Amino acid sequence: MISLAGRDILHSWGKFVLTGIGLGLLIGATLTMAGVYRGMVDDAQVLLTNSGADIWVVQKDTQGPYAEASNIRDDVYRSVLGLPGVAQAANVTYLTMQVLHGARESRSMVVGFEPGQPGEPTYLVAGRRLLRGHYEAIADVKAGFRLGERIRIRRHDYEVVGLTQRTVSSGGDPMVFIPLKDAQEAQFLKDNDAIITDRARTAANPALNRPGVPGLLDAVNAAQTVNRSVNAVLVKVGAGSTAETVAQEIRRWKHLQAYTRVQMEEILVAKLIATSAKQIGMFLAILTVVSAAIVAFIIYTMTLGKIREIAVLKLIGTRNSSIAGMILQQALGLGLIGFVVGKISATLWAPAFPKYVLLESGDALRAFIVVMLVCTLASTLAIRAALKVDPAEAIGG
Amino acid sequence: MKSRFSRRSAFILAGIALAAGFVWVMARSGPLAPLRVTVTQVARADLAPALFGIGVVEARRSYLVGPTSAGRVRRVAVDVGETVSAGQLLAEMDPVDLDQRLSATGAAAARAAKAIDTAAAQLSDSVARREVAAANARRYDDLGRKGFVSSSVTEGKSQELKSASAQVTAAEAALAGARQDLARLDAEREGARQQRANLRLLAPADGVVTARDAEPGSTVVAGQAVLRLVAADSLWVRLRLDQQRSAGLQVGLSAEIVLRSRPGQVLAGKVARIEMLSDSVTEERIAQVSFDELPKDVSIGEMSEITLRLPGIRQALVVPSAALRQRDGKTGVWVHAGDKLRFVAVKPGSSGADGKVQILEGLKEGDGVIVHSEREIGEQSRIRVVSVLAAS
Repeated sequence: MISLAGRDILHSWGKFVLTGIGLGLLIGATLTMAGVYRGMVDDAQVLLTNSGADIWVVQKDTQGPYAEASNIRDDVYRSVLGLPGVAQAANVTYLTMQVLHGARESRSMVVGFEPGQPGEPTYLVAGRRLLRGHYEAIADVKAGFRLGERIRIRRHDYEVVGLTQRTVSSGGDPMVFIPLKDAQEAQFLKDNDAIITDRARTAANPALNRPGVPGLLDAVNAAQTVNRSVNAVLVKVGAGSTAETVAQEIRRWKHLQAYTRVQMEEILVAKLIATSAKQIGMFLAILTVVSAAIVAFIIYTMTLGKIREIAVLKLIGTRNSSIAGMILQQALGLGLIGFVVGKISATLWAPAFPKYVLLESGDALRAFIVVMLVCTLASTLAIRAALKVDPAEAIGG
Repeated sequence: MKSRFSRRSAFILAGIALAAGFVWVMARSGPLAPLRVTVTQVARADLAPALFGIGVVEARRSYLVGPTSAGRVRRVAVDVGETVSAGQLLAEMDPVDLDQRLSATGAAAARAAKAIDTAAAQLSDSVARREVAAANARRYDDLGRKGFVSSSVTEGKSQELKSASAQVTAAEAALAGARQDLARLDAEREGARQQRANLRLLAPADGVVTARDAEPGSTVVAGQAVLRLVAADSLWVRLRLDQQRSAGLQVGLSAEIVLRSRPGQVLAGKVARIEMLSDSVTEERIAQVSFDELPKDVSIGEMSEITLRLPGIRQALVVPSAALRQRDGKTGVWVHAGDKLRFVAVKPGSSGADGKVQILEGLKEGDGVIVHSEREIGEQSRIRVVSVLAAS
């Protein structure tokens, strides 16, 4: 039996393939949009995974450290370590800022961590771990730094000794890891002008600068420049305890807020990125509808373009099912080409996006099913039009 | 017919190209894609561990110069940056009435000296009177015994002698009293003079003036500094080392000091002292590092970075520090043997300045370990070994 569809496609295969490719690019854009959404969620997930923590201990009544500002004293971790079920507890600071390297700057999230503790980057793609207690940094490759490069964070220069990958903030900014003490200074130390004007202000206050009490002013100044705060304490739970029981213990007795991984995900995904995720989701929905409409119209007009030939086929006595099969096969073929081209193009251009685009296999499978369904539905429209055609048109037209 | 054949083959070719592209894309990304890693062999190498900390330049000996009692500054003779020698006058406090008190005690002493003269004259006068009275008493005694005069006259003369003797004793006592008065007034004057000298603030040692805290006319309390001095040849660096990375710290270790003002220049030094108290708040150990040769124009309070060289370890079993991973609370490495991946818990030792870590237990020479990886590794990960993962 001769394949009517194959014959017809071969007749004008260039047009067919080009239409498929055009359709594919549209499907590619839709897939990419889904990838952008998945990437956003994944950014939030890897942020939590990379910190390596089971519990985040933050300032009471805040949803820190990612979604809100949180400040706690840096000796809190000692009292947390003393609780039953806690295997590891470590201070950590997060600060989003512009990092200078050379004449350029890049937006980064500066993380202060303690070596060997939760919060440290778990794997590297180049270089080594921090050896010194000061002025060394590990950066995400997205930040664009190279090994051995010196970058400037506030008043100190740091040497990039290691590179890591997929360590980003929930906003997709690459992370730069530096020792905790340096990070505390970077976060809380004011600039020199502010320090000097503060000193002058203190000196002008008669209560703090009494003539009969030498040394009082120095003591007040010293107390003002010291800041021993961190943003959160990351806790790893030991074997035999669940995160929730330990978190309850911390909330109840330490008067701090403690979030487990599940709660933190809820905060990040449902609260922090909710609006932008909905924005993208809305766009994705519109794009899907538009793509489906375009696929339907293409197949419909393709069929209408062949209406005379179909009339001839009917005239020579071709069965309706053969004609319907031809249109359906063509539609499905077009969908297949479109899907393959879309998948390839999305994969090719995804790495070029500034933020992470995650193309999930599940999404691809869903997209394939949707494309095939839309093509089938669209072809029914075309089939109806083809079957209604009067064979007389073949001669009469 | 021919054109149809070429059309068909072109169409098939395009289909094959698409299919190939699709397969390539699926293999490169998604769950089927292999994880790229770099692998190295566990080897023996010399390890040169180092400690790193930051410090501040300080003076070993510094002096606060100020008055011992409250008063007003009259004069400050030196300024910040001046070099002074021991005993040099630095500042002077206002003596208020001390000079007047000094001259008053001087005058009183002079008067006391005159009082001594008076007492001495009175003494010689009374001695002379006693001699006359003694001669008279003797004469009347003889006459009385021979019966020429009545006994009442004799007793009168004897009483005169006793009075004269008593007057001599009184005059001697008055003289001694006058002498003691003089000594007291002399001592008082000496005290006032020393108080006066105490208002002159002198340099306790050779040094450089680092601060001038009070100007003439300002009032300071006892113990408050008017000037601050440091011994310029006693500069060293107060080094703070993270407790976590301070093992091996000992006196005499050679140090490389880089001052913030001259980042390109490495100065040699030594650990001179280790403080027994470490800072429990910042969790740092404190040590003092002295310069082998004191650099010129170094400023006190300047930040410096210090690297201490620890004794090296010969032919230690080492892996790069990037190979160490945490898994289920254990430190270990991923060993790549054949096509299998295995997590091996290890006991890391000291780490070298080049990023290598000594392995005390868990690995043997020649084991292949994974250093860098694109993602977290699991036992089931499919890996592809490459030489370099990221531009370095």
